[in-house]
Amino acid sequence: MTKIKKIINDPKNVVAELLDGLVQAYHGKIKKLEGVNALVKTNLPQGKVGLLIGGGSGHEPLFHGFIGDNMADGAACGNIFAAPTPDVILEATKALNQGNGVLYLYNNYEGDNMNFDIAAEMAEDEGIVTKTVRIHDDVASAAPEQKEERRGIAGDVFIIKISGGVAATVQDLDEVVRVTEKARDNTRSMGVALSAGSLPETGEPTFELPEDEIEIGMGLHGEAGVARGKMLPANQMVEDMLGRILADFPLKRGDEVCLLINNLGSTTMMELLIVNSKINAILNAEGIKVYDTAMGSFCTSQEMAGFSISLTKMDSELKKYYDMPADSFGFKKV
Amino acid sequence: MGLKRFKAMGKLHMTVEEARQMFIYVANKMVDSKDALTQADKAIGDGDHGIGMARGFEAVRQKLETQSFTSIGELFKSIGMTLMMSIGGAAGAVFGTFFRGAGKNTGNQSELNSQTLTLALQDGLQAVKDRGKAKPGDKTMVDALEPAAAESVKLDAVPLDEALMEISEAARQGMEKTKEMVATLGKAKPLGARSLGHADPGSLSTYLIFKYMLEFVRER
Repeated sequence: MTKIKKIINDPKNVVAELLDGLVQAYHGKIKKLEGVNALVKTNLPQGKVGLLIGGGSGHEPLFHGFIGDNMADGAACGNIFAAPTPDVILEATKALNQGNGVLYLYNNYEGDNMNFDIAAEMAEDEGIVTKTVRIHDDVASAAPEQKEERRGIAGDVFIIKISGGVAATVQDLDEVVRVTEKARDNTRSMGVALSAGSLPETGEPTFELPEDEIEIGMGLHGEAGVARGKMLPANQMVEDMLGRILADFPLKRGDEVCLLINNLGSTTMMELLIVNSKINAILNAEGIKVYDTAMGSFCTSQEMAGFSISLTKMDSELKKYYDMPADSFGFKKV
Repeated sequence: MGLKRFKAMGKLHMTVEEARQMFIYVANKMVDSKDALTQADKAIGDGDHGIGMARGFEAVRQKLETQSFTSIGELFKSIGMTLMMSIGGAAGAVFGTFFRGAGKNTGNQSELNSQTLTLALQDGLQAVKDRGKAKPGDKTMVDALEPAAAESVKLDAVPLDEALMEISEAARQGMEKTKEMVATLGKAKPLGARSLGHADPGSLSTYLIFKYMLEFVRER
């Protein structure tokens, strides 16, 4: 099989080099911790509840690109598509703890769950209080009654944004957890895959999808979705995907949502804009108002083609934290 | 063809030093298995299992080559911590937890015999179940580890090589059975029925670890 072309050096150095590139792009606002692949803000006020995010690398700008003022305080970075190890998470936890504990906010995958849980036990041994909120926004990955089994995908952008806002505002870990869980429970996503991304180390695609087929609901790592079929026009894709989100999500006329249209890797802005046109037509017809729109590459899977739609239902409390300015590399808000 | 029998060499036990040598051998073999494990994972996961296991066992090889140990438990714990801090993902947590668990009650053992091995496997299995919440039939490494640990209980009075032969065969059969299972945990879970026909990569790694332990004992 021919290897996919990638602009890299030694495949084993991919994570180290991308993290260095990211640190450079932050112009001194973040630093890498010695000896572990963890990035933290350089300015952490005393008493601030720490917001630690993290997961496998290779999904940039997720997660480490979402460190910033009113965003996350640090990120524990795994190898490509693999959860970070407990020592990385623990070191980041220690760096972030300013006396009021640390919230672990990450996507719900077995590997992340176990490694963050092990790190939480180690942090407890060192006298640091941590709490955990797992993101499970992907409606394709389990039935509504098994919501907590669902994977986390691009919906985490708004959840991190809101959690970062509250963590910068109140010095109370339980309150940060409460608002973050509310944002999480108010978020739903659905993706579609057109073609696979590839692992830098093997140069091979992570899954096989026939040339003329797409898969609605397919996960970031090629996990099976809800419907595989022939290629469709954009409007039909959106109708199917948004239909499944709205069937899962108790929205009513007059509700307001933040809308995120995420490029999975190699889909163009032109395509996302066409998608946005149809999404707005459907939401308009349902009487649902779009409070804010984010569009672009947030949660990617290498050169995977496709996109995902995420909706976060807003209320006055969530708006307050969402509206705070953010200056992260991967998500900015003025 | 059933299990190929061989005349047991009657080796009753191993010193800590011999066990260290054995796990250096296992580590080298696991690194060599990178492509086979990657292919197994590509069928039902994201194809990074071989990369992670090779990274982890390379770290184990380096660690064991530069350190000596005073007990079997200390050796197991060191392997566990090294895997846990180098593999990442679910595999790092699970295999790291297994070896750390195996070291839990073997810290005062200065030799590896079939009784020590039985104790290590029981504790390791329990630790994995507590951490990952995997049950038999979920199509995970537990499906190879549990039959291996169950087999070991019957063998705690036989020579080590004979015990390893039976344990390795039980793990192999457990791994084979995962082909008939539908994944209910981990990244293969959403594949549902599509995971049928493929062995779980973690169960394959589990079998290989026992297989290479046996190989070392036989070839010595």
